[in-house]
Parts: sequence; C-alpha cells; structure tokens
Amino acid sequence: MYRSHVLVCGGTGCTSSGSQQIMDTLKEEIKKAGLEAEVSVVQTGCHGLCALGPIMIIYPDATFYSMVKVEDIPEIVNEHLLKGRVVTRLLYQETVTPAGVKALIDTDFYKKQHRIALRNCGIINPEIIEEYIATGGYAALGKVLTEMTPDEVIQCLLDSGLRGRGGGGFPTGLKWKLAKQNDADQKYVCCNADEGDPGAFMDRSILEGDPHAVLEAMAIAGYAIGASQGYIYVRAEYPIAVERLKIAINQAREMELLGKDIFGTGFDFDIDLRLGAGAFVCGEETALMMSIEGNRGEPRPRPPFPAQKGLFGKPTILNNVETYANIPQIILNGPEWFSSMGTEKSKGTKVFALGGKIHNTGLVEIPMGTTLREVIEEIGGGIPGGKKFKAAQTGGPSGGCIPASHYDIPIDYDNLIAIGSMMGSGGLIVMDETDCMVDIAKFFLEFTVEESCGKCTPCRIGTKRMLEILTKITKGTATMEDLDKLEELCYYVKENSACGLGQTAPNPVLSTLRYFRDEYEAHIKEKRCPAGVCKALLSYHIDAEKCRGCTLCARNCPANAITGTVRNPHVIDTDKCIKCGACIEKCKFGAIYKQ
Amino acid sequence: MACKKESVPFSGTPEQEAALKKAIAELKDTKGALMPIMQRAQDIYGYLPIEVQTMISDETGIPLEKIYGVATFYAQFALQPKGKYQVSVCLGTACYVKGSGAIFSKLEELLGITNGECTPDGRFSLDSCRCVGACGLAPVMMINDEVYGRLVPDDIPGILAKYQ
Repeated sequence: MYRSHVLVCGGTGCTSSGSQQIMDTLKEEIKKAGLEAEVSVVQTGCHGLCALGPIMIIYPDATFYSMVKVEDIPEIVNEHLLKGRVVTRLLYQETVTPAGVKALIDTDFYKKQHRIALRNCGIINPEIIEEYIATGGYAALGKVLTEMTPDEVIQCLLDSGLRGRGGGGFPTGLKWKLAKQNDADQKYVCCNADEGDPGAFMDRSILEGDPHAVLEAMAIAGYAIGASQGYIYVRAEYPIAVERLKIAINQAREMELLGKDIFGTGFDFDIDLRLGAGAFVCGEETALMMSIEGNRGEPRPRPPFPAQKGLFGKPTILNNVETYANIPQIILNGPEWFSSMGTEKSKGTKVFALGGKIHNTGLVEIPMGTTLREVIEEIGGGIPGGKKFKAAQTGGPSGGCIPASHYDIPIDYDNLIAIGSMMGSGGLIVMDETDCMVDIAKFFLEFTVEESCGKCTPCRIGTKRMLEILTKITKGTATMEDLDKLEELCYYVKENSACGLGQTAPNPVLSTLRYFRDEYEAHIKEKRCPAGVCKALLSYHIDAEKCRGCTLCARNCPANAITGTVRNPHVIDTDKCIKCGACIEKCKFGAIYKQ
Repeated sequence: MACKKESVPFSGTPEQEAALKKAIAELKDTKGALMPIMQRAQDIYGYLPIEVQTMISDETGIPLEKIYGVATFYAQFALQPKGKYQVSVCLGTACYVKGSGAIFSKLEELLGITNGECTPDGRFSLDSCRCVGACGLAPVMMINDEVYGRLVPDDIPGILAKYQ
C-alpha cells in the first residue's frame, strides 16, 4: 500500500515538454528522501490540458501542479510529499480560490466535460493491464461472451445510437449488422488509428492512455460479426502509441484475453498491428485496407462495400479508435444510458482537440449538443490577447469553418453539416481576427493537393487548379471571373471525385466563400488582405504620432529599409521592405502597423 | 512528393544486408508483408535507395515496380538519405495558425534548403510534417527526437547553433 500516488502525464504533449525527465528526477528525489515504500509514481495518459504541461497530480488530495520543471521536483518532494504542504506557486491557478484549493473537476475546463472515451486517460497506467481491469476493464468482453448472443450485442449498439467517430457518422451497429449477415470462412475487424487530420490527436491520446479499451472493443466486434482476426492500422509517426499498443497486446495475450478460447468460451480472437506510412488518403476505408494488404493506398470504388468484400476480399468492419473506446461502456451500462446523452440524432459524447487561438489547448470530451460558445468561452478559456473570435474550423481538410453567427449552435453531426462544415475526427481550431480565411482555405488545399493519391482526375487535377486560383487571390492578381471559376470547380470536384478525400476537399473553400465572401472580394477588388496576413498585399508603415525615435526597429531591420534619426519619427521604405515583420515584434510603442 | 534527385552513392554494409535478409525471412509469410518489410529496411538503412528495393524484390519475389510504387506513394519512405540532424516543422492546422509558416521560412533561409532537401554537408535535412500531437506547444518543430515548442523565428538561430 502506498499513502500517496503521484501521476505524471506521459502523453505526447507533456512528453514533448519534458515529462520523462520529470518522472526520472521525481523517482530519484523520492529515493533520496526515503519515501520509496510510501509514494508511488505512475505514468499516465493525457489529462487533456496540454497547454499547461507537463502536468502532475498528487493523490489522495488530487493536487494539480501545472508547467512543472525539473528544478521544481526537490521542492515538491520535500514540501508536499514529506511535510504535507502544498507548493502553492505551482498550482493550476484555476484551482486556487480564497476558500482553499478547488477540486479539478469543478474547474471551468473540466466541469462541462463528460469523459467516456477518455474515461481512463490520465487516471490509469496504460502499460499495466491490471489497472485497466481494476477500473472495470474486460468486464464488457466477459459479459458479451457469457451472457449475450452476437445479435444482442449488435442490437445493443443499434439501440445506443452510437455513430462513427471518425467523421462520417455512420451508425456503428448497422455496420456490424451488415458484416454479420455475410457468411464467410474468415472475417476481419479493423481499427483505423491513422489519424490524418492535421490538428486532431484524440485517437493518439486514447491509444496512449487507454489502449486496452480499444483491444476489448475489437474483441467484442469480432464476437458480434464472427471474426477471429483484428488489425490496428496505426500511424508510424505515433511512436508512444505504437509502443503501448504492443505492450497491451502482449499483456492481453498472456492473460488469455486475446488468443484462443477466450474466457473458456471457445471464442478465438487475436490482433496484429500494421504501421501506416504517412498517407492521408489511408483514412478512407478501402484505401486503408489496400494499405494493410501491402499496396499503394489507393481507394477503390464501392460497392462492394467492406462489409461484403473488404480486407483480403473478406467481409470486414472498420471503426475508428474513439468509436471503439465507447463500446465497452455501452455494453456495461446499457444502451439507454448512452442514448440519454446528446441530441436527437447524435448520442453520447465527442472528443475534440482544441487548438489554435485559445487559452486551454488540449483534449476535451463533451456531450453532443454542447454549443460552440460553451466549448470556446467556458471550457477553452476564451481567446488570448483580447482578440475577437472569427471562426472555428472543424473536420480538418474535409470540413469547414463555423463563423461567429453560429456561435450558439449545438454541436452534433447534422447541425455541422447543415452549416457547411462537418464533425470530422474532432479537430477544432479556433481562429481570431488576425487570421485570413482565404489563406486558411489555401492552406487546406495545399494539403489536399499533396495528399491526393492521383487515381481519379477530378481530385488530382481539380484540386491543383483550385489551389492555383487561391494562390492568385492571395497575391492580388485574380479577377472576379477567377472567383466564379473557383466556385464552379468546387462543385465539380465534389460531385465527381471517386472517394471521400476528393469529395470533401472543396469544403474549406466553399464554407469560407459562404461566410467570408467579402474577404475574397477585398483581395480581388481592393488588393487588400483585411486580416493582414497575405504578404503580397501588405505594406508596413510607422505611425509618426506614436514613434519615439528609439531606433530599435532600424537596428533590427534585415533589409535596412528603415531610416530616421534619434528621437524623431522613423520611416519605412516600402520598396526595400521585405515584410518580415521583425520591426513590429521589436517596437515597444506599437507604432508600426501593416495595411 | 517533391524530392531532389541528387545521387548519393549507396554505401550499404554486409551487416546491414544480413539484417535485412533476416527481417525478410521473419516477415515473409505474414499477410501483407511488403510494407512491414520496407519499414524495417528503412530502419536498417535510413532510407530506401533502389539497391535496397532490388534486394527486397530478389528476396521476396515481389516485382520491383510494385515496391517502387509503394515507396513513392507514402510520405514515410525516403528515397534520398536524410541529414544527420533531421529538422521537421509541424505545418498542421493548429501550428499553422500560430505561425509555423514563418518558422519554416526562417529555417529555409538559415539552412539554404527547402522542403525534402538536405544540406550539402549532410548535416541538416528539412521537412514539413503534419501534427506531431503537441498542439498545446504550437508552433512546434523537431530535430531528431527533440521537440521545440512555442517558437518564434528569433529562436531558430540559437537552436540550430546547438547542432553545429
């Protein structure tokens, strides 16, 4: 028995800010203080508040230390662990109140969240199967194998209303039902862990923080559809997730929770890993299966659907990591419990990766139907620097943006599609008034042009032409006819592309055109970028009223474009200026502006 | 995928070849073995020059054209060697809106190379990547396994100096 448990986040965000060194130092210091027998150090998955990493939580009192540095460790050990005195200066400021320290669960970031898929992340050690079992792990698999028929399992999922969390929102139970109906000597269960949306990292956090939940759900799926083999297709760029999955699979095999005759019921199921090699199109189901087979990851036409002919030509189901993570809880708590959360057609919760211009960047899990305002203002802590909200981008390169006029829309699958965006895998990037929407659309098109597999013409050539027009607009050389052509191309590419990548690639353009057409027109007609981003359309100037003549800007200008004498207003020669922005960064008086 | 076709002479060792043959023997009979074999080969050699692809083809009987097709399809497979220090800048959405574009330009300026290239002395290579999952630290870059976050362009010279 330990009297105290110190949880250190070992997710990717915190590891990047040095949590491994913190773990090592902590163990050393605890040893030095002679507390080894009393205090246990646990490496957990992601807590969600990545902006405050590295994060450390000390139980039993759940003291939450944020932005911990290696130098802070001796103080934490000597004060907190040895003498029982909280190190106030390291506390997460939100938890500090005049009445004492507030519980983490009551902070703005956590109180509106409801963690189902992220239930164990940040709480258990993902490398120890016993910790997963202690929180109810593998009980759902036991229940399914001993008390339920495959049809009952599928009915349970249908009743729960669970829809695919990878973006499309197809009912999971229905997918399973279709696969079960097709008889075959071999079927497969696949897991899509090839998180491709740049800016979404929930799947990685689940794999890093709670890998067994995914294994358990895949075994349940195997039982339901009659498959004995599973594959997890995971991004090779996720080294921590891959390592923890390997450990988890080995531990489950040792405990006979994977392999032959699971729970003595005669049910066989095993799982293998396949590493993706960095192709966005492999998020598309047929492309992913091509890739597992060892080919170029090019999609193929459907039908036949994977439920009929999928991996190696056999009936196959493919679900995303977050979808799987919900399933053991649905089995244990019942479909009514799950469907009591959310909106009419979107049940349960959704994990979002909050990023961009927001205070609390990190992972949040909210009930479907929460408004964008609640997510950004309350959970996310608002926009830094007193800037104004402009738009939130969801669905990554396949999605669109949500403007301020829809700030109060309840987030669910259907509402987002109705306003021209989509749920996607759950990236939610907040943009403020200094972000140019044309530039953002161009950014996403650059991505799709690079990632288009090239198999079908509308996508391969259409996206390229769209990008060319967008580039012209940002350079101020486009005409209004170009804008019409761009819009026409959008619909053409959308309707004629072979797979989801091409069909959705125009969405970032269409949705920014829908809500920010005036910005496109300002670029074209007035040769002006209202947000001050597009370099070709900017010029830098010094406000003579504000300039004190300190010469700092002139000394830092790499192009020697700024002239002036001490204590007199300086001037920028716009012909020489290379628009690097170094002067704005250095000016202490806010005297330099761009227009 | 943009990559500069500068021919670097292949310098594989017999030890590397033995390691590759061993890996192929282990993996050959699994379903869809080609990609796992290529991933192991890249671990062994650091990249997949045509000589290595030919060895895989000879050992497995898979046509070279198919191997080349797979190697050029996926971003992870490199046909050119990487630098001793591999610099990759995240150009995912979260980093992009926080200014990773300017970080990338600064690196291009200082190293004198662009996306997918390697400095002539073989010291640095520069790549853009999509989301390393450290969005809380945006904008982010990595040099080999070291992560640098919350960057501004002025930080770059100091960081590169550590690797000179």
